[in-house]
Amino acid sequence: MLDMLARRALQSVLVVFVMSILAFVGINLVGDPIYLLVPPDATQVEIARASKALGLDLPVHQQYGRFLLNALHGDLGNSFIFNRPAVSLILERMPATLELAVAALILSAAIGIPFGMWAGLHPGSMGQKLAAGFSILGVSVPVFWMGMILIMVFSVGLGWLPSGGRGPTASLLGVQVSFLSWSGIKFLLLPALTLALHNIALIMRITEASTRDVAHQEYVRFARAKGVGPMRLMFRHIAPNVMIPVVTVLGLEFAHLIAFSLITETIFAWPGMGKLIIDSLLQLDRPVVVAYLMVVLMLYVLINFTVDVLYLVLDPRLRTKAA
Amino acid sequence: MALLEVDRLVTEFHTGAGVVRALDNVSFTLERGKVLGIVGESGSGKSVTAFSLMNLLEAPGRIASGSIRFKGEELGAASPTRWSQLRGDRIAMVFQDPMMSLNPVMRIGAQLAETVAIHARASRAQIDEQVCSALRRVGIAAPAERMRAYPHELSGGMRQRVAIANAIINAPDLIIADEPTTALDVTIQGQILYEMKQLVRSSGTALLWITHDISLVKDLADHLCVMYAGRVIEQGPVDQVIGQPRHPYTRGLIDSLPHAASRGKRLYSIPGATPPLLALPPGCAFAPRCSRASAACSVTPQVTVAGAREFRCFHPLDRP
Amino acid sequence: MPQPSPNTMDMNATAVSGTDSATATLPPPESPWRLTARRFGRRLPGVIAAAFLMLLVLLALAAPLIAPQDPYDLAQVTIVENERAPGALSDDGRTTFLLGTDGAGRDMASAILYGLRISLGIGVASALVALAVGTVVGLTAAYFGGKVDAVLMRIVDVQLSLPTILVALVLLAVLGQGVDKTLLALVLVQWATFARNVRGSAMVERNKEYIEAAMGQGLPAHRLMLRHMLPNCMAPLVVTTTNQMANAITLEATMSFLGIGLPQTEPSLGLLISNGFDYVLSHQYWISVFPGLALVLLVVSISVVGDQLRVVLNPKLDT
Repeated sequence: MLDMLARRALQSVLVVFVMSILAFVGINLVGDPIYLLVPPDATQVEIARASKALGLDLPVHQQYGRFLLNALHGDLGNSFIFNRPAVSLILERMPATLELAVAALILSAAIGIPFGMWAGLHPGSMGQKLAAGFSILGVSVPVFWMGMILIMVFSVGLGWLPSGGRGPTASLLGVQVSFLSWSGIKFLLLPALTLALHNIALIMRITEASTRDVAHQEYVRFARAKGVGPMRLMFRHIAPNVMIPVVTVLGLEFAHLIAFSLITETIFAWPGMGKLIIDSLLQLDRPVVVAYLMVVLMLYVLINFTVDVLYLVLDPRLRTKAA
Repeated sequence: MALLEVDRLVTEFHTGAGVVRALDNVSFTLERGKVLGIVGESGSGKSVTAFSLMNLLEAPGRIASGSIRFKGEELGAASPTRWSQLRGDRIAMVFQDPMMSLNPVMRIGAQLAETVAIHARASRAQIDEQVCSALRRVGIAAPAERMRAYPHELSGGMRQRVAIANAIINAPDLIIADEPTTALDVTIQGQILYEMKQLVRSSGTALLWITHDISLVKDLADHLCVMYAGRVIEQGPVDQVIGQPRHPYTRGLIDSLPHAASRGKRLYSIPGATPPLLALPPGCAFAPRCSRASAACSVTPQVTVAGAREFRCFHPLDRP
Repeated sequence: MPQPSPNTMDMNATAVSGTDSATATLPPPESPWRLTARRFGRRLPGVIAAAFLMLLVLLALAAPLIAPQDPYDLAQVTIVENERAPGALSDDGRTTFLLGTDGAGRDMASAILYGLRISLGIGVASALVALAVGTVVGLTAAYFGGKVDAVLMRIVDVQLSLPTILVALVLLAVLGQGVDKTLLALVLVQWATFARNVRGSAMVERNKEYIEAAMGQGLPAHRLMLRHMLPNCMAPLVVTTTNQMANAITLEATMSFLGIGLPQTEPSLGLLISNGFDYVLSHQYWISVFPGLALVLLVVSISVVGDQLRVVLNPKLDT
């Protein structure tokens, strides 16, 4: 078991390394960044001086070495636009994105799991067919369109919920969060729902398949044969076995949600990392783009690794496999 | 009054290809403390009998008609709550494959404790003591440590012992064992068989042992019930059925057993194959394979009662 | 009534009346394509989705012929006619704006038809190219095995562990705007899924003994790969391809919506939706919603077809 985890850890490090190279190459080497930093009428001398100051005249591997060294110290350069460390810009906005992602995750679990389990226990029923249809739609409808429709219906049409921005926030453990107040939640609801939609469909599908599989297992019949009633059967025998694949998918999807939040943040003008990256891309603020990629990637790798550990905890059969 | 009285039980499966009669007017009785062996090939309906008795048939199967009386109570009329009360407490079942029947994510001690806890109020300590005691009785050493194991950490034989412990833990009146040794090594089979025999004799529990291997039940059962294509074709006291079979199929089964006397000779096997239940021949299901069949066999033979023996045949083997 | 003999081996044989087994011939086996098509044809959702999809494809292909207006021909568009509601008439009374006009006076119906063309074109083209690339990589990995397989699959694994949207984002940021660059980016995002899929199926085939025998006889590699290993991969590959097409279309639309991707001169449905987004708040929904509907219908019909194919090709999945 430990060596499997160690291998996964190593692979994760490899992924981060590769991405850092790609990020460095793509952002710092393609085109000539110096022209973004100096006024259009700068002389060659001024350009040369600026290049030297920024270290852009060094050979590539040295530039990368500097880049990596700085990165390990948490320094990924200053934003061209804001002239502040890129990493701090990203980290400032991370709580907002995480809040959105967590809210979406909770919604997907709260809606997807019960409906999926119900559908799995009643195959062929009308409800199950509806759920199957909904899950196809949920997976196919583009996120940005869904967000737009929700705004149209709930914001413009009914006027119940705001169409964008983040509501009033309160401080929780030093971090600004919006879910502690009802007005804060009002702003959180539509973006979270939009982000969660694709996920709800996916979770519903997986839960349904898993439930259908578990319900037919011999041990369920065996439990009934010793007198276990329906409630206990559901919670003590069926659910724990259903949840094994579902929880791992939820975990992996959390990473996805963080990445995909950038679409939702753009539509709803939610002040998270995602909105920042889009703006930075369009404005060619390269350090911020690099910083974003690195931070999100680290999160990704961390989450995947945690899910691997979680899987071992949930399924005792895997623990003794390597032993 | 017998412990278990099954009268003309009919179980059907409504499949897309038609209605399959897995049990066709099956009748037998089981007295307290006795052992009844049900023998048949795959497809004869023996497992369906077990699940019908426990009311655990999975869709599309259902009991179509007939009665099952347990200690005088008509089980066909029992509510789901009543069933939950009876199962695991008064009637227990041992399944065929212990790897599939134990919950993989629950420790075996917890699973056994659950069987006790849902039927009686007892303290944690009392339950643990009961679990240990049951494990000891099925021959598992160091039960207190073994309790914490997961099913996949035990060998096949151990798992089946756990399943048997699960069946005996509440001292039921009846245990239904559905081919409990089929999935085990031959060496373990003998052990388990012997241990079950001891358990049953010492506790006075009635046992319904279902198997395809007639040699297994010879020494264990008091009565034997032979099934073919969903019908009971012969039943009676085990010595009589084995010693003087009246039905040609029973004769065939007995003759197929390898005897020490027939060393060097060809093993006998009944020619032909079991008919698929969707395409049963009219009349006696065994007729196509029977050397004694005639035109009369195109009608389903009724049960002929001869003392303690019963059989369905127009051309039974003669009494010696 | 047939007299069954005691030695009849198969009971079912007696149920077949009249045929002399010595002279009876079996009908020729049905080709797997026809069998699949027939099974697919029995499933109503699949048939409806496929029909709809074909309709959309025809509309897209015929766009220049049937669109009432070429929305990108500046001569035909006047800003005066902008923001007209659906059903309004043009100033010269010759055309009806069935779905209204956008902020620049373009007929929405025409814009959607052209946009459909581009969205569909890019999505399908990128998926097919990625299919080709991925198949080559997957077959190579499976055929050669060992180190080649390890290295190739390591690359695939690394790529697949990255979120597609970020990969697309970075690629487009690096490559810049343009149809060809968008195509390249989409191909680079998708190939790994195909590679993994093909490699998995091909491996199953590769491990069968007749391949070893054929290799021993000196059969050239490409022949082995194409004639023997590839057919085994077809079924799951078909499903994957349809899914990837849907994904590619959605991804391209998302990129266009965000402002990266296709330029304004080749507007896909995503760009149309993006342009119309600002008008949603002022109740001029048609500028965004109709292109959106077109996109959703396109992606949903492809998804449904893919899903039905998945069930048809693997009968065990049928409930």
